[in-house]
Amino acid sequence: MNDNIYLYILVMAGVTYLIRMLPLTLIKKEIKNTYIKSFLYYVPYVTLSVMIFPAILTATASAWSGAAALVAATVLAYRGKSLFQVSTAACAVVFVLEWALEFLL
Amino acid sequence: MNDKIQQFRSGLKDGVPIGLGYLAVSFTFGIMAKKAEISTLAAVVMSLTNLTSAGQFAALGVIQNGAPFLEMAAVQLIINLRYCLMSCSLSQKLDAKMPFFHRFLISYGVTDEVFGVSACREGILGPFYAYGLIGAAVPGWTLGTLLGAVSGDLLPARLLSALSVALYGMFLAIVIPPARESRILAGVVLVSMAASFLFSRIPMLSGISSGFRVIILTVVIAGAAACLFPAEEKQGGKDVS
Repeated sequence: MNDNIYLYILVMAGVTYLIRMLPLTLIKKEIKNTYIKSFLYYVPYVTLSVMIFPAILTATASAWSGAAALVAATVLAYRGKSLFQVSTAACAVVFVLEWALEFLL
Repeated sequence: MNDKIQQFRSGLKDGVPIGLGYLAVSFTFGIMAKKAEISTLAAVVMSLTNLTSAGQFAALGVIQNGAPFLEMAAVQLIINLRYCLMSCSLSQKLDAKMPFFHRFLISYGVTDEVFGVSACREGILGPFYAYGLIGAAVPGWTLGTLLGAVSGDLLPARLLSALSVALYGMFLAIVIPPARESRILAGVVLVSMAASFLFSRIPMLSGISSGFRVIILTVVIAGAAACLFPAEEKQGGKDVS
């Protein structure tokens, strides 16, 4: 198997790179069609939202800490805090809450 | 020249949460790779060359089963097809006159997170900003894999648990501020989350892989939003500049 492993990796990397590279190199012009433009404008918001929820609830050791991180990050993001601040605050909330939960239970 | 360094630095800075989040996720990947009897070097090479979470986790099973290469290619294609949508979206953020080699290099780093930060940034996406993001993401992903494979006990579980929300925190920091300014975007965000939740709960739909879920919901919801509110792009259209 170990002789094969790098071939597997090559296949994986090749396929994944092509998926990423072809649209970026083939679509060079600005798309004029309003519908397609609007569609592409909405794409990141939908993909990110779909990836956030409900996955954030199962990312941590307990759904409660995940939910707390969700609320904290949403509030901070709403107040216009930076990527780094929101992200580290979410981590801190989980860390403290799980520590506290362990302490109490 | 200074402008390029400036861009690279600002990319690196915005990429720190990506790197931290990746560290936690790839740490788990390193542990799993070791369990799947994949050598540390191979695991690290895989992370460095693929830079994708779901695809790599799925690959472990494929490799363990000794499945044909074609199956590996198909699995990666299905799981990672969402990058195709992301790259399409990103293509509109790049300067049309930008040399091809920049496009080839940026392509390497189109992950969910790098895409999220790049796509929602105002104005044209400069290649050096993207390199900054990628430059912060790749070490996190690769180093985490190494640490996980070498020693699964190196980081305490609680710290790993905390770090694993870094990516979600970052996603929220990306989608919430524009959603605050636009009720349409707020609706899109809420509908997307609700639909994603339903997909994870409804028995017939919950079997769909997460990669496909992203593709299906993105096509349907972004498609519907584009039908209903085609002009939104112009309002938020600072990216046309």
